[in-house]
Amino acid sequence: MEGDVVEYRIDRGSGVPAYVQIVEQTERALRMGTLKVGDKLPTAREVVAATAINPNTVLRAYRDMEQAGLVELRRGLGTFVTRSLARPGAEDDSPLRTELTDWTARARAAGLERADILALVTAALDAYDNEQGEHHEQHEHPSGDRERKEEDA
Amino acid sequence: MTGPDAPAALRATGLGFRYRKRGGWALRDCEFTVPSGRITALVGRNGAGKSTLLHLAGGLLRADSGEIRVLDAAPGTPEARARVAVLTQDKPLYPRFTVADTLRMGEKLNSSWDRAAAERTVREGGIPLTARVGELSPGQRTRVALALALGKRPELLLLDEPMADLDPVARGEIMAALMAEAADRGMSILLSSHVLPELEQTCDWVLLLRNGRIELSEDAYALRESHAMLTGHADQADTLAARHTVVHRRTGGRQLTALVRQHGPLHGDWHVERPKLEDILIGYLQDDDMVRSVAAERTEAAA
Repeated sequence: MEGDVVEYRIDRGSGVPAYVQIVEQTERALRMGTLKVGDKLPTAREVVAATAINPNTVLRAYRDMEQAGLVELRRGLGTFVTRSLARPGAEDDSPLRTELTDWTARARAAGLERADILALVTAALDAYDNEQGEHHEQHEHPSGDRERKEEDA
Repeated sequence: MTGPDAPAALRATGLGFRYRKRGGWALRDCEFTVPSGRITALVGRNGAGKSTLLHLAGGLLRADSGEIRVLDAAPGTPEARARVAVLTQDKPLYPRFTVADTLRMGEKLNSSWDRAAAERTVREGGIPLTARVGELSPGQRTRVALALALGKRPELLLLDEPMADLDPVARGEIMAALMAEAADRGMSILLSSHVLPELEQTCDWVLLLRNGRIELSEDAYALRESHAMLTGHADQADTLAARHTVVHRRTGGRQLTALVRQHGPLHGDWHVERPKLEDILIGYLQDDDMVRSVAAERTEAAA
């Protein structure tokens, strides 16, 4: 039974790294309540046997989630959910939601189509995340940055 | 065994090989290190030297210059043979043996043998142990050959286009079986393939051969992060090449599309996309060496 709580689906054509997809799908399950505190995530073997992705990818996703405090790796037992993702900001009457509703109304009034609005939100989110990402990039991949460092030297 | 102190899965220094004494070099001046615990994609165009490299690593050919070491041992020595398994394209199996006979043979020929792993690999493919190898489908035969390789419990598995003759469903299943075994024991895998999209989510190290030379030996994530696909006005081409390495470029009218290895932040007016691993590999495999060598000379001069 355990391990059946969440089933990962990897979209190979999306260009989104598989470990990001695993983290996102876990977070979504936590938000929707299909994953709860104390649940055991599938083992790396179970995930790769079902998806044919690289096992290091699964381990990396689990490590990332452990660092974010979402799960805990218990040696010899598996990986367990330690925190739910209750989202105060996502509720109907939250300030964030109200601001977004107002903003959406303004975007509509300006004549934007649904696709335009979605593209705008995605672009803003990407730009923000990229900026955040660049600060992390350096120490995350020390080995791969060899050539870049040589050039900078 | 995958820690920083673990020996490299593969290490080549000045490695060269030619099939005839006075013939051209199939591999030349190859210098690379693949850390252990990686699943490495070995890519290159036909004739780039992929099979030659795998045969050298497996001890089936002997280097003409330099050397290659597998798990810090010389290929072909008893020490290497006990820890390295090779699966070549021709998959030597006896067609008249049953699957059970084949696995028994594996058990006899190897000093250490993991019967459970070998049988699991066969069973997960729904192959009856009583079937004759000659009557199996290509996908099932590949699975039996793989079971034979995995039964050795290798620390390093070398695969030469193992799935070239399989349909997409069988490919997916074999790949999943491979990944599951790798997950279980941190086995290193070196896998040559032409099916680039398949490598996207399975490989975390890339070894790219071009005309018998190693062009890339690098972490797959790092490779993605350090490259960008740019689209913009062609009059920015020179300033771009002065600072970054242009791997591949295409000009159409005033528009330039370029795959670059970034050295620092991008300046100028570019539409930037993160390329997929496949885009990067294609960029390196395409015939466009002139652009790249000019750019390399420039950055060297600037350094």
